[in-house]
Amino acid sequence: MSHLAQAIRELGDSGPLRRMPRANLERIATVLVLGWAVGFMLWQGAGFTITLTTIFAIWAILAVSLNLVVGFTGLLSVGHIGFFGIGAYTMAILASDASYDRLRTESIPTPDWPFFAALPVCIAIAGLVALGVGVVFNRFRDDIFVLVSFGFAIIAFSFFLNLRELTRGAFGIHEIPRPAFGSWVLDGEIEFLIFALICLALVVLICWLIVTSSFGRVLTAIREDEEAIAVFGYRVTHFKLAVWVLSAMMAGLAGALLASWTSFIDPNSFILLESMLLIAIVILGGLATIWGSLLGAMAFVLLEEGMRFLPFLPPEFVGQARQVVLGVLLVLLMLFRPQGLVGRYKL
Amino acid sequence: MHGSSDVSLQLTDIAVHYGAVRALDGVSLGISQGEAVAVLGPNGAGKSTVLKAIMGLAPVVAGEVHWRGRRLEAETHEIVREGICFVPQGRRVFTHLSIEENLEMGCLYLGDESEKRRRLESVLDLFPILYDKRRDLASQMSGGQQQMLAIGRGLMGAPDLLLLDEPTLGLAPIVVGEVFAKVREISNRVDTTIMIVEHNIKGVLEIVDRAYVLDKGRIVHEGTPESIRETNILTDVFLGRIQPDEEGGGRTDGA
Repeated sequence: MSHLAQAIRELGDSGPLRRMPRANLERIATVLVLGWAVGFMLWQGAGFTITLTTIFAIWAILAVSLNLVVGFTGLLSVGHIGFFGIGAYTMAILASDASYDRLRTESIPTPDWPFFAALPVCIAIAGLVALGVGVVFNRFRDDIFVLVSFGFAIIAFSFFLNLRELTRGAFGIHEIPRPAFGSWVLDGEIEFLIFALICLALVVLICWLIVTSSFGRVLTAIREDEEAIAVFGYRVTHFKLAVWVLSAMMAGLAGALLASWTSFIDPNSFILLESMLLIAIVILGGLATIWGSLLGAMAFVLLEEGMRFLPFLPPEFVGQARQVVLGVLLVLLMLFRPQGLVGRYKL
Repeated sequence: MHGSSDVSLQLTDIAVHYGAVRALDGVSLGISQGEAVAVLGPNGAGKSTVLKAIMGLAPVVAGEVHWRGRRLEAETHEIVREGICFVPQGRRVFTHLSIEENLEMGCLYLGDESEKRRRLESVLDLFPILYDKRRDLASQMSGGQQQMLAIGRGLMGAPDLLLLDEPTLGLAPIVVGEVFAKVREISNRVDTTIMIVEHNIKGVLEIVDRAYVLDKGRIVHEGTPESIRETNILTDVFLGRIQPDEEGGGRTDGA
């Protein structure tokens, strides 16, 4: 057993994966993931492809936005799912069909807003909550920051579950509308997919503008040495707070998209485990790389959905198996490729 | 206390406490425009704390810092804009950024792009080794080159006062000489006032105009390099022979 452990350690320390140049691995990972995606989609047909790509777009927005905080700034947050949930619930509360809710015994008033009226509010509320939470979290670093962000995810989940007057608790909220431009409702899956991809493109563009600007360079410097950057006249807390709020607003957007796409949400979509899966995606793709987050999200969605088709796996175990596989993947990555597929830094 | 009329920085009775530890205990010193001054002393004497107190990075519990006749009570980011720059111990360059990007971090807050470019060219002119490698990552540089980069990054803020904390720490002897020569050149050519905390006493006394000797958080001697060489003050301090009294810490002047 000790020989095995020794062999694994040596392989991890000096293995070819760890030493492979980033550019080479980036090419290989890109070809493999995209090839896998194309093959899978050809096999499953257009309908499944559209569903899969929509899930990818939502997870990719989450992963890219979380990478701003975790990868580029070095703040390991496991509370991102809370902002995702805030965006989703804000959309559900503001826009769900009021007439449907009146049929329920535990009826709640809903303003019945159209999607595009509710969307900016979803983003703004996620940002405002992040601002309030961030002012407190800014006092913490490293391990303590992980713990307090963990606490935030738990508190957010508790609100979703227990604030029944607003969230309907475990019953969830139904009849959340799709986006509509006047009388043109994006009812079709392909229309919604295009809308989700436009949102993803916007998020990627904003993130790219951030990380390639001088603001992004300060984030990189904060990641490396927070105290050193402070002596050059930078108010580190302001930079950290700004990126934290921006990232939360993007997560709020992803939440609003999810609520509208599925037309139903309940607290189970925002449990802590989902946050861990999100962290796994970011690490899998690589820290401080937008392309890596897109690859990581694609690989995750393919893995998650692909497991449904494994003949030896009963459907009821797919969810649990997904968690096991991602857990094992995370351990293997830490051993052999701690910087992820195309990442610049180790965790 | 430094008695010159053109004192640009004056510390008066500064006390810094870290809990029960009295890192500085009534330190008073001054530095004039264009001077190069060293702060010497054994480990734990409080040398680096002097620089941190000036920069607002240490908990000052008593005393005052005056900069150009005005009391300095600002936060670190405001102090930088007042024209004081601190180059911390251990180089602390940003290894994932290129040399040029590292230098730009020294004045990224400036809105004027042409001024940034002018400063960059000026610093690269001062450090030709950085110019040759300006597109390389800082992680690819040697320790001595990283130290040059750290000093260059400090100069990007166009400081009137440059605070250097142990710039030769961990460097090979031949590189130490290069770093000291560069500090002297900055002092002469750029006319920047310099306060340097240093362990390498022999080397630093060659390049400064005056020096303060610190022991157990108090200044025990002030004078020119010649006066310090003539006395046994450093030997006494490093061997623990100095017993600071209750008032004045046994301070002697050799100016």
